[in-house]
Amino acid sequence: MRCESVSLQLAEIADGLNRLPLDAERHVESCLRCQAELVQYRRLLRALTSLRGHYLAPDDGLLEDILAALRPPATVHRLHRRSRKAAYLGGIAAAATAGAAGAIVIASRLAARQSLAS
Amino acid sequence: MLESADVDELVERAKAGDHLAFEQLVRLTYTDTYTLAYRLVGDEEDARDVVQETYLRAHKGLKRFRGDAQFSTWLHRITANCANTYLGRRGRHSHDLLPDDPVIADLNPQRDPEQRVGLGDLRDQLSAALLELPPKLRAVVVLRDIYDLPHETIADQLGITESAAKVRLHRARKRLRERLYPLGEEEEARAV
Repeated sequence: MRCESVSLQLAEIADGLNRLPLDAERHVESCLRCQAELVQYRRLLRALTSLRGHYLAPDDGLLEDILAALRPPATVHRLHRRSRKAAYLGGIAAAATAGAAGAIVIASRLAARQSLAS
Repeated sequence: MLESADVDELVERAKAGDHLAFEQLVRLTYTDTYTLAYRLVGDEEDARDVVQETYLRAHKGLKRFRGDAQFSTWLHRITANCANTYLGRRGRHSHDLLPDDPVIADLNPQRDPEQRVGLGDLRDQLSAALLELPPKLRAVVVLRDIYDLPHETIADQLGITESAAKVRLHRARKRLRERLYPLGEEEEARAV
């Protein structure tokens, strides 16, 4: 048996869940190269396992984006209703203010004309 | 960190329609979900999209979560499925196909990187090596060897057979080993 034919099998058994076929096992017992390769696979698996507890930090705003996407439609509607109501009230207030300002301007002009006429 | 019992309670409340409980679950798990998504798709923007899709699906499917597995494992499965769908879509729309067998850079042919660098550096090298793998191989090794999902689940989420998942896993491990431990034959023999 040649090392090349065992190589991929070593990747398979490195996690200890399976065993090599008997002929491959005998080859590894007597082959330093394959033994070294098996050691490297086990180190690799340990390093991979250690990545499990290693978290990557997402950019700011991801949490808010997720929560916004999850917001129940009822809440969205309620918010829309609230903002519509606020917009109506704001519009009415602006119109009233503009009307009052216009009335003051007209009244002051009329007063000025009357004073000039007299 | 919350205990499993606390997570279970939040899950039960969320299943009963408590939106704040689900929000709390998102707060507790989104970094983990993002990390997995990034490891699967290899791009920050794509990972964000995958995470959002994951929580939308989780929210929609929460009533079907029976609690046989941990909530985090259930989320990992959804993340894997979303990432797979995303990569499939990206593959169909991409004109720059990834090479199936990328050139492997030789880090240092003379010495064992584990002896040369600390664990943090090894982690960085391994993370970089993972991103160099073709996405199909990367997904299997990430889900199996980092997140400990069973072959059956991985095959299910990736839409492949269990034996295909195993073959991909072994190929991925082989490439990672060659990338991280590029020793010559004689030196390998001496290293034992």
